[in-house]
Amino acid sequence: MSQITTLERPAQEADVRAEGRAEAAAPLLALRNVEVVYDDVILVLRGLSLDVPAGSITALLGANGAGKSTTLKAISGLLRSENGEVTRGEIQFDGSRIDGVEPDLIVRRGIFQVMEGRRIVADMTPMENLRLGAFSRRDRGIADDLERVLTYFPRLKERTGAAGYLSGGEQQMLAIGRALMARPRLILMDEPSMGLSPLLVKEVFGIIRQINRDLGVTILLVEQNARAALAVADRGYIMEQGKVVLDGSVEELRSNEDVKEFYLGGAGDQRKTFKNLKSFKRRKRWI
Amino acid sequence: MNTHLLLQLVLNGLIVGALYGVVAMSFVLIYKASQVVNFAQGEFLLIGAWVCWWLLTTYQLPFFVGMLVTFAFMLVFGIALQVVVLRPLIGEPIISVIMVTIGLSIFFQALCKWLFGVFAQPFPPIFTTSQVSILGLEIQTVYLMSLGISVAMMAAFAWFFRYSKHGLAMRATAFDQQVAQSLGIPVRNVFAMAWAISAVVSSVAGIVVGIVNGVSSALSFYGIKVFPAVILGGLDSVAGAVVGGLVIGLLENLAQYVDGQYLHWGNLYEIVPFYVLVVILMIKPYGFFGTRDIERV
Repeated sequence: MSQITTLERPAQEADVRAEGRAEAAAPLLALRNVEVVYDDVILVLRGLSLDVPAGSITALLGANGAGKSTTLKAISGLLRSENGEVTRGEIQFDGSRIDGVEPDLIVRRGIFQVMEGRRIVADMTPMENLRLGAFSRRDRGIADDLERVLTYFPRLKERTGAAGYLSGGEQQMLAIGRALMARPRLILMDEPSMGLSPLLVKEVFGIIRQINRDLGVTILLVEQNARAALAVADRGYIMEQGKVVLDGSVEELRSNEDVKEFYLGGAGDQRKTFKNLKSFKRRKRWI
Repeated sequence: MNTHLLLQLVLNGLIVGALYGVVAMSFVLIYKASQVVNFAQGEFLLIGAWVCWWLLTTYQLPFFVGMLVTFAFMLVFGIALQVVVLRPLIGEPIISVIMVTIGLSIFFQALCKWLFGVFAQPFPPIFTTSQVSILGLEIQTVYLMSLGISVAMMAAFAWFFRYSKHGLAMRATAFDQQVAQSLGIPVRNVFAMAWAISAVVSSVAGIVVGIVNGVSSALSFYGIKVFPAVILGGLDSVAGAVVGGLVIGLLENLAQYVDGQYLHWGNLYEIVPFYVLVVILMIKPYGFFGTRDIERV
């Protein structure tokens, strides 16, 4: 959509591209026909392609087992610790290939993954967790960044015990704060809403949007909670069985009948029993 | 009751216990960081002592210079060992890795015998006075130095794990390797660093014991002696290792007292730590300081 808009206004294109925000410009992150195999036999991603434009929040939605988390791990390089491997295709970040690069070097290049289930270091204090986030950095701005993260999450300053005793919401804040300490250009966020109350989900997504706007951090957001994700995202991809089956701007996705039916749960008066819904889903496929 | 002897033995126990603590600490370091039970820990002491002895006798280096060179050697040795032998084993079953460390232990023992002979060799005299007396108790000067070094090592460990960036990284790696990777910590380098530090710290104990008893393959027995200490403290607790070491050192010497004064069985000193080991494994298999996972309910 916006590609057409840019074409209509060629005079502005150069300006927009200079800001690195135009979709016509090379995306910050690009996956091209990525295939991932676990344990040499289990094919999880079957030729997945997606673009994450710089400065955007891109949502990656899909059902359980669609391969969303695997996609993120393929990007961050954590796949190999689970005996998975990118067997085909390529992943490009900022113009250079990053598939096959060690995970610590990927963090150094500016990609930071906030893993599913927070995964904070439970036996360390919140402060120690935050300092660990800055491990890959050698510059002097770490102390300033720590201050800034604490202004985002003032509650973390009061907690001096082991981070394992924080509430779920606080742990999620800590995980996001820890990511910010690395001063990344791209944050891969895996299920930030997991196990949180609706009110906290709202708060966390508000913070995600704030980080994106204030700090200009690009975010690739994986979510089961499609409604919450589409509320903050600019673009979305929908995955099924290791492939992208639908993509577009948030408005396009929201107005798509199938997305409404399967992910936003608002098919109006034709709502059926759960059992019927499932069989309907099995019959109907996109593409 | 012979109070003087008892006090003397308690003091000896604390000093030797601190040394056990240091070795146990370096053992725990490897276990925590890389989940490897290192049966070649005792050989680290042996190698460190032999290298230091060799530098001192062959090149006539002053003691502290020789010790520093030994540390540098052990640092390189630890890294090389991890990179060459243990790195290819990452991902293999834990029992294979343990068997490899047992193999390493046998290999290095034989290597040391081949290079330096089978007889115990005395260190050249290091202190002009070999004993000092404090409050009527005789203490070997070396032991006094060893106590100082042990305490310094423990303080350094505490500082390292609490405040330094790489110490935190090591703790994160011990907690969860995938999490550590996601934070940008090069996990392989952390393993190598753990082995290097462990080798250096162990060599201190090796040198001290070597000065007191002479350098011989008996030194590697310390690697077995730390097991009761480590199990007592909990396999993955550095503080527990120190406490465990002190307790085992004390128990040994108290056993010697009881044996010498009353029982006259002969060798209780050697055996008591292992009785303790059996009892601990029966009543508290995770030791007194072993981690319990934090679980919010």
